[in-house]
Amino acid sequence: MDRLPVTIAVSGLNNIDSPGPGIPVIRGLRESASLAPRIIGLAYDNLEPGAYMHELVDKTYKVPYPGEGVEPLLERIRYIHEREKIDVLIPNFDSELFTFMKSEALLKSWGISMFLPTLKQFEERHKTNLPAYGKKYSVHVPDSWSVTSHSDIYNLREKTEFPYVVKGKFYDAYIAYDMDQALLFFNKISAKWGLPIVIQEFVKGTEVNVIALGDGKGNTVGAVPMRKQYITDKGKAWGGITLDDPSMMELTHKIMAATKWRGGMELELIRTAKNELYLIEINPRLPAWVYLAVAAGQNLPEAMVKLALRQKVEPYTHYDVGKMFIRYSYDMICNLDAFEKLSTLGEL
Amino acid sequence: MKVKIKRSVALSDSGFVFDASTGDSYSLNPVGQEIMDLIKSGKSDVEIAGHMTTKFDVEASTFERYFYDFVVTLKQMQIVEENG
Repeated sequence: MDRLPVTIAVSGLNNIDSPGPGIPVIRGLRESASLAPRIIGLAYDNLEPGAYMHELVDKTYKVPYPGEGVEPLLERIRYIHEREKIDVLIPNFDSELFTFMKSEALLKSWGISMFLPTLKQFEERHKTNLPAYGKKYSVHVPDSWSVTSHSDIYNLREKTEFPYVVKGKFYDAYIAYDMDQALLFFNKISAKWGLPIVIQEFVKGTEVNVIALGDGKGNTVGAVPMRKQYITDKGKAWGGITLDDPSMMELTHKIMAATKWRGGMELELIRTAKNELYLIEINPRLPAWVYLAVAAGQNLPEAMVKLALRQKVEPYTHYDVGKMFIRYSYDMICNLDAFEKLSTLGEL
Repeated sequence: MKVKIKRSVALSDSGFVFDASTGDSYSLNPVGQEIMDLIKSGKSDVEIAGHMTTKFDVEASTFERYFYDFVVTLKQMQIVEENG
C-alpha cells in the first residue's frame, strides 16, 4: 500500500526530564504504515532537543510563546505554512491549546487541519471545574477549590483538612501537609503558571492513567491503561506498564461517550484501597508516554492525523498487556552552527 | 483451605509473577515457585503439605507455619484469593 505523503507540524519538542509529547508523537507517526510524514517541528526555545533530532524532525521553526498573543503566533504559522504547506498541526502543550482551538476555523481555511477538543469540552474538564464535571457525568472526583490568594487558602480550613494537593492551572502539583507548605507551593506555582491555583482533596491510592483518542462522536478510537512504576521528583513517569483493567476501560468509554470527546486525552486516576477509581485530572491532549500505546499496538498519533484529514479510522480493540517503557536521558552532541542557526534565523 | 491464583496473575517458568490488573511484579524463589505451581494446579493446602513434606526434609508443623505465612502474604499482595 502506498503511504500518503503528509506534512505534519508538531510542537512539544522539549524531550527533557519533564518531557513534552512531541517526540513520542513523532516516533508514532514515523512508524505509520499508511502515512509518509514530513515533520515540521515548532519550537518555543532554542534548546528544545527535538529541533536537533534530524532523524525524527525534518525541519524546525521557532514560534512565539502563546503568552505573547494570538496574532504573532498565527503570523508565524502562516509564514511556516507558506513554505512547508502544512496539512496537519498537532499542538502538544496544554498552554497553547486554547489559542489553537480558537484559531481552528482560520487555520482550516488556510488548509491546516487539527483534531482538537471543542472549547466547551476543554473548559468543562478544567481542574477548577472538576467537581461539576464529576457530578454531571457520574464520575468519582475529589473535592477541589479554585484559589487566587493566601486568604482563600486560609478560608479552606473549614472545608477540608491536610494533606491536600496544590495544583497549577496547566502544570505542577505538590502535596501540602500543613499551611506553611500550602502557601509555599501556592507562591511557587503561581509565579510560574499564574492564577488561579487549584486545591484538591488528597485521595490515597495508586496512580493509574489512561491514554485515549475520541472521534468527537462519542466513540473511543483507542485507549490504553497504564501504571507508572516509578515517579520522578518532577512527578513524571520514569517507567510504566500497560494494564489489563476493564474498569479503567469502562470509565474511559463512559467519559468518551458522554462528552463526545474530540482528540487525544489522558485520564489521571487514583485507585483507592476500596478499588474505587477517582478521576483527578483530564489532560486534553496525548501525554508524553504516548509511544507506549504505539508499542502496545495502538498508533494513536497516526489515528489522530487520519481523523484530522477526515479519513475513516477503525477503532482499536486490542493492546498488549504488560508492555513497559523505561525513560532514559541521552546526551546529544550538537554543533554550534545548528544552535546558532536556530537562535538567529529561527529555523533549522 | 483452598486458594486460587487471581485471574489477572501470570506465573512464568522463571518464578516471575506479574499481575496484569495492577502492573505489580514479584520474583519467587524455587520453593515459592513450586508452591505457586501447586496452587495453580488446584491442590488444597493438605495436598500441598503432603507433597512438600514428602519431597523435602521438613516437619509437617514447620511447613504448615511457613506455608500459612506465605499464603497470607500472597493474599495481602492480592495474588491469590479464596477458592469457594
